[in-house]
Amino acid sequence: MNQTMNKVLMKGNEAIAQAAIHGGCRYFFGYPITPQNEIPEYMAREMPKVGGVFLQAESEVAAINMVYGAAGAGARVMTSSSSPGIALKQEGISYIVGSEVPCVIVNISRGGPGLGGIQPAQSDYYQSTRGGGNGDYNFIVFAPANIQEAADLTAEAFEIADYYRNPVMVLGDGMIGQMMEPVVFRDTPKRELQPKDWATTGTGGVRAPNIINSLHLQPADLEKHNEHLQAKFRLMRENEARSESYQTADAEFVFVAYGTSARIVRNVVDELRERGVKAGLIRPITLWPFPVVAFKELPDTVRGVMSVEMSCGQMVDDVRLALNGRFPVGFHGRSGGMVPSQQEIIEACLDMLKEVE
Amino acid sequence: MPVVFERTRGLTEKEFHFCPGCTHGVIHRLVAEVLEEMNELGNTVGVAPVGCSVLSYQYFNCDMHEAAHGRAPAMATGIKRVLPDRMVFAYQGDGDLASIGTAEIIHAAGRGEKITVIFVNNAIYGMTGGQMAPTTLAGQRTTTSPLGRDPRQVGFPLRVSEMLATIDGAAFIERTSVHDPAHIRKTKKAIRNAFECQKANQGFSMVEILSTCPTNWGMSPLESLDWVKETMMPYYPLGNFRRPEAVTVSGASGGGHA
Amino acid sequence: MLEKTICAGFGGQGVMSMGRLIASTAMARNLEVSWLPSYGPEMRGGTANCHVIVSDKLIGSPVIYHDATCLIAMNLPSMQKFEAELLPGALLIYNSSLIEAAPRREDLRAVPVPANELAAGVGNPKVANMVMLGAFVSLTSIVELDDVILEITEMFGVSKKQFVPLNEAALRRGVEAAGAAYAQL
Repeated sequence: MNQTMNKVLMKGNEAIAQAAIHGGCRYFFGYPITPQNEIPEYMAREMPKVGGVFLQAESEVAAINMVYGAAGAGARVMTSSSSPGIALKQEGISYIVGSEVPCVIVNISRGGPGLGGIQPAQSDYYQSTRGGGNGDYNFIVFAPANIQEAADLTAEAFEIADYYRNPVMVLGDGMIGQMMEPVVFRDTPKRELQPKDWATTGTGGVRAPNIINSLHLQPADLEKHNEHLQAKFRLMRENEARSESYQTADAEFVFVAYGTSARIVRNVVDELRERGVKAGLIRPITLWPFPVVAFKELPDTVRGVMSVEMSCGQMVDDVRLALNGRFPVGFHGRSGGMVPSQQEIIEACLDMLKEVE
Repeated sequence: MPVVFERTRGLTEKEFHFCPGCTHGVIHRLVAEVLEEMNELGNTVGVAPVGCSVLSYQYFNCDMHEAAHGRAPAMATGIKRVLPDRMVFAYQGDGDLASIGTAEIIHAAGRGEKITVIFVNNAIYGMTGGQMAPTTLAGQRTTTSPLGRDPRQVGFPLRVSEMLATIDGAAFIERTSVHDPAHIRKTKKAIRNAFECQKANQGFSMVEILSTCPTNWGMSPLESLDWVKETMMPYYPLGNFRRPEAVTVSGASGGGHA
Repeated sequence: MLEKTICAGFGGQGVMSMGRLIASTAMARNLEVSWLPSYGPEMRGGTANCHVIVSDKLIGSPVIYHDATCLIAMNLPSMQKFEAELLPGALLIYNSSLIEAAPRREDLRAVPVPANELAAGVGNPKVANMVMLGAFVSLTSIVELDDVILEITEMFGVSKKQFVPLNEAALRRGVEAAGAAYAQL
């Protein structure tokens, strides 16, 4: 009974919102968009109870700039949206990285381009892992595959954002946002954090002014600033990549999938193994930094690798880069809110195995 | 020797980059003096815009943020919500506030956000080289309205103070000018009143200040001051458009507006 | 154990909460569960459905795709739409108060339950979903009736505990109706 005492059945969106509060978030600025509306709704209900602030902004553009202001003032702050809304936030995200202030951004993504649809999709991979706005930058992108992981990673995202003074994105899809699963709110791994002595809290007349700024008009200054940012991104690459390898030790065929697709592919791996095909799965938990080590560790028994995505083929580029020609790389994807079935993935695998014979 | 005049502590020692005859410098000084006189410098967070005053974070001697173009009121909202007992102000030009940032300014006013906005209206884009602004007057020549602004083609100049004064969240809205010493003094009073209004938690406050741009208007500094008085003021009448009834402001600033 | 149930009906017929109760009751028994709703324009008055998966192993896709083990259909459009998702021999519980037509497929264990009449019989037509849930509990071995009642009691809490007896009565009518209907098969 004790085991289940704190276990609650929760929608992904609500679990993410609760996990943010659990992780110390006290400010939320957002704008309604399907399929993430339960996040601002939960925040509107729960933030005041913990002495925090929920504010519905006039637009996604305003919301991310409120986040920018609050983060500069030293707060733990978050915004959430879905694909087209995240596109609108790119300007602010670029400034936030440039100014080195921490925040958490949640994207419960849907199909595109344009207004697209409202059903789950993974077509924001490029946007999330390549910066997304103007300039040379990156941020850590978490891709949870279940509600427990979504909660754990969201709470931890605030620690990591503060640690690097850089935004962290939690990238779910409509399925992760809308489905309910059991979740336990457990202790968050803590990092050694420096005091936010850079925050604009008023000089109090006792120190020089703090300035939150991304403008560097002298090319040499801007280049130096970029080198400083790149050094941080290198640290993240070295220390923050995460993935799960499932049944890869003796695999002849390895799938790569994250989030909702990874859940389906996991079943596919089991089914293929029952049929005698030694299949395995690499599930990136961070999309950036991409978990290249997991690919280096693949055994020589592998004959083919396939990226399975709810997109027209985006992560597959990173799979090719990680493998650098070592194995043939294939792709199977559905888009627009269509979710690949186990059967079609199995067929794609068998077809590719025939091809690489 | 007794000191009869000195630089305000509200400004750093950084030299202004503004063009000769531009009144941004005067307005910066007024804001700084008011914050110093209110003893709020150590308690203030300012937000700089994108435009000619983009570098104002180097000039104001208090904590500062540099916002994206037009987003200063949203950024100031984020700061004020985290730090409700600090003075938070945004300094914006006409392109920043009245063009790309219209949504942000209207909704900051609508929420009665307890921030003070210093809105510098010089009827042109200065930083980018004299293009048409949302407040460019009908007939006014700019680099993107070379034949003069034709309202039938490109719309009418916006009267922002009048517009914002219709919003209930706006506690204090006043338009002033800095084209002569008397008006500079009135502007300072208006700025003081706006900050007092914020300090008393009465809601959103804004002072719109008619300002010059000799470089892009193609005039001498003196001609520019005259142009403010003779050409801008008839279209943008000075006066208070909204003030909280309960607040005791430091003397009546500006003339009442019908 | 891998049970995949689709609950479907009009918005307002309580199909979402019916599915949630299956999931939360199974979760309390330490089983793996997932609950996936339809969302978007459908939420606002049209048809509503949710996919509930209960398993003793980690659940892969929360989507039920041509492999449902049970369908609870509260109205005709729902039955017609989701019948095809059922595995051969799967269970179809349909609300015969609103569905006059017979299921198209003949390879199913189809159980008609006059949910609206039975709900009206216990005093409130709104608990038709609980009648259907009672039938489901009786016809499957995923959750026990007592556990569902416990879950409902917890759900309503102290402030709304007066609703528990009505819901419990509806559940029991569903159990009886399923027993009677199934005996006739």
